[in-house]
Amino acid sequence: MIERLDLLLSAPYVQKLGVRFDDHGDELTGTLPYHEDLVGNPLIPALHGGAIGAFMEITASAALLAATDLVALPKPIDVSVDYLRPGKPLDVYARGTITRQGSRVANVRVEAWQERRGAPVAALHGHFLIKPAGDRQALTPK
Amino acid sequence: MSDDMQARLDSLAPFLVDGSPHAKALGFALEAITPTRAVMRAPYREDLIGDPDTRVLHGGVVTALLDHACGLAAFAGLGGDKASATLDLRLDYMRPAEPGHDVLAEAECVRVSGLLAFVSAIAHDGNPDNPVARANAAFMVTRAGEAAAKKARANLAAGTSPISQVKP
Repeated sequence: MIERLDLLLSAPYVQKLGVRFDDHGDELTGTLPYHEDLVGNPLIPALHGGAIGAFMEITASAALLAATDLVALPKPIDVSVDYLRPGKPLDVYARGTITRQGSRVANVRVEAWQERRGAPVAALHGHFLIKPAGDRQALTPK
Repeated sequence: MSDDMQARLDSLAPFLVDGSPHAKALGFALEAITPTRAVMRAPYREDLIGDPDTRVLHGGVVTALLDHACGLAAFAGLGGDKASATLDLRLDYMRPAEPGHDVLAEAECVRVSGLLAFVSAIAHDGNPDNPVARANAAFMVTRAGEAAAKKARANLAAGTSPISQVKP
């Protein structure tokens, strides 16, 4: 399952953030390791909302790549992020759930947490454009 | 009144992006800040690419840029003396940014109501009439933010940098 994520993980920006994924059975968990460069406001201190948002988008893409053989990286169409708690200067974890997957568009929800899975720091839901392998309709649009 | 406000924002401008380690790490630069508006630039850089095949900037860079620009517009809209937290951020990615082009985010605080600020923004790579993405966000003044703003004012008054050491 992790091999399918190679293209996603090879992106310079993803490497810069240091994002990694662990799969346990059919569950994929993303980790954004804490680094000082992720801090948005050093006075609170709180992680940058943009870093958490970007990590959740990467996790959504990973969930889609893990679930289906895609010929290209999923492209976000729109995402909506709820910030629920300030991100502490600690590692962030995230897991994505595909709520609907068609042949071109998928809906994904992601939850990100730090100390407790039950106390998420942020939640994302978004639509992603996908190109599943062998889907002729998606490859040759009219 | 508005001149005072502009003077305050001008004096704070050097800290609004450089005071944020994440914004600094991504190379963001403040282009303009007024009592209702903030403009911020993300550079086209090798380490910010999202797809090695197309060499397009990662969507996450645009997310972070819009989040920060919206936060600055909210900060200005709320009077330039209160720190606020993002409640939600909704983004529409309308097209990929052109490889090789910087991305500019233009954010406008459209309404302030008590402790809340509502912001609307676009990101483009040269032509504002052909945006890459647009965002709508809501911000709120929080206790943690207020404490941080107080600390920043004290540091500024004492002549020390408002950027404290980050202690995990």
